[in-house]
Amino acid sequence: MSSPEAGLPRLHPSSTAGAQPDLEPGAQEATLVDQLLAGNRRALSRLLSIAERGGPRAAGVLRVLYPRTGRAHVVGVTGPPGAGKSTLVGAMARDFRTRGQTVGIVAVDPTSPFTGGAILGDRVRMLDLQSDPGVFVRSMASRGAAGGLARGTADLVAVLDAFGMDVVIVETVGAGQDEVEIVRMVDTTVVVAVPGLGDDVQALKAGILEIADILVVNKADREGAEQVAKDLLGALRLAESGPWQVPVLQTIASTGHGVDELVDAILRHRAYLESSGTWRQRRVEVARRRVLALVEDQVHQRLERAFDAERWRTRFEQAAARAADPYALAGEALAELGASINGEAASA
Amino acid sequence: MSTEVMPRARVLIAKPGLDGHDRGAKVVARALRDAGFEVIYTGIRQTPEMIAEAALQEDVDAIGLSILSGAHMTLFPRVLEELRKRGLGDVLVWAGGIIPSEDVPKLKAMGIAEVFGPGTPTSETVAFLRRALAQRAAHA
Repeated sequence: MSSPEAGLPRLHPSSTAGAQPDLEPGAQEATLVDQLLAGNRRALSRLLSIAERGGPRAAGVLRVLYPRTGRAHVVGVTGPPGAGKSTLVGAMARDFRTRGQTVGIVAVDPTSPFTGGAILGDRVRMLDLQSDPGVFVRSMASRGAAGGLARGTADLVAVLDAFGMDVVIVETVGAGQDEVEIVRMVDTTVVVAVPGLGDDVQALKAGILEIADILVVNKADREGAEQVAKDLLGALRLAESGPWQVPVLQTIASTGHGVDELVDAILRHRAYLESSGTWRQRRVEVARRRVLALVEDQVHQRLERAFDAERWRTRFEQAAARAADPYALAGEALAELGASINGEAASA
Repeated sequence: MSTEVMPRARVLIAKPGLDGHDRGAKVVARALRDAGFEVIYTGIRQTPEMIAEAALQEDVDAIGLSILSGAHMTLFPRVLEELRKRGLGDVLVWAGGIIPSEDVPKLKAMGIAEVFGPGTPTSETVAFLRRALAQRAAHA
């Protein structure tokens, strides 16, 4: 699934070395970036696609855009399938618009692990936003990435941020337990629960509760909503609480009930992040994880290529026959990788 | 596998106009997903502006229009016009639904790449889309 698309430049070794002279945007990308910064939505859309595909072409663009990012308030919305996340995200966007804020939305839906295809249906819940020039909605297939997001989600957020969106909302794949990747790339995490999913609260306790900055019980007109809210408050009391008190709110996304209070809480959370210094701390952490992920990607790609060589195939056969062991081979692979990177740096 | 031929092509399936029957559109959406496409499904009662705007925001390679109401001769040209207005004149557009055969040449002259009637096997739609997108990629 990670093969670059035909026609795109391949990630050849020299483009990943020290100074990375090749990671400059091409003429076409440079034009798109200029158009994006001038507010062109078609250019925004094309750049989102480039960012999603990844590879050196995306890296070139993202490097240029990076200094222009960091202004948007990035809000993650996660919760079990059927909790009404898409409808809630639409309602939140509408509310932000009444406050004069522009909104970018990245909605992630699952890719079929069997065919690689996907049906992205989150837009259906946000149709009325379609003609608002202050809103831009992009659907994204998870393409096998774990954690309720897709591999390039952070890069799509960056492009929307650089475009000048005041708020960027990321909606995850329906998730319920340990899909906590979202918290690593957003400023404010909203976890959505609903009544009537049986052991819903138990599931939330297993990990997703800890990542919530704001808890929402959606479909609050349904029987059992009050109890879910009480259970969540109870669970919160058991958890160690920091200076930020996680609010438990009730919404009916389909009518907009409670959404104004939710957006108030999101803005309050931002104010808290800024006044407490947590805003900066979180973003340092986000940067650290981002670099780590990028390095992992590159190491992975280089090793996948290296392992195609005859020498490595022989080594794997030896490991299969227990004549070598994977632990030693991993050390060998890292040493070889280090040597090849040093070689490139020396010849650059 | 199919996904290697046309990696992750994005397709919008939309229903312009007022008829609320979306079973055909959903069957096609599912068949395309199973063939490895990423399908953005926007549901029923879409105006031409909404369809073009969704196509712009999603940067799709192709748009499938499903229509049963008989309003294709008025709605399709408006969809194409809204696409051109947004610089999306090069996006592949095809149609499915109940469309009289005498309208098909007119729609094709307008720029609708293909028209499929009721009962068309979904494999035919998939094959058409793969072929047409591969041709466009070769020309680009």
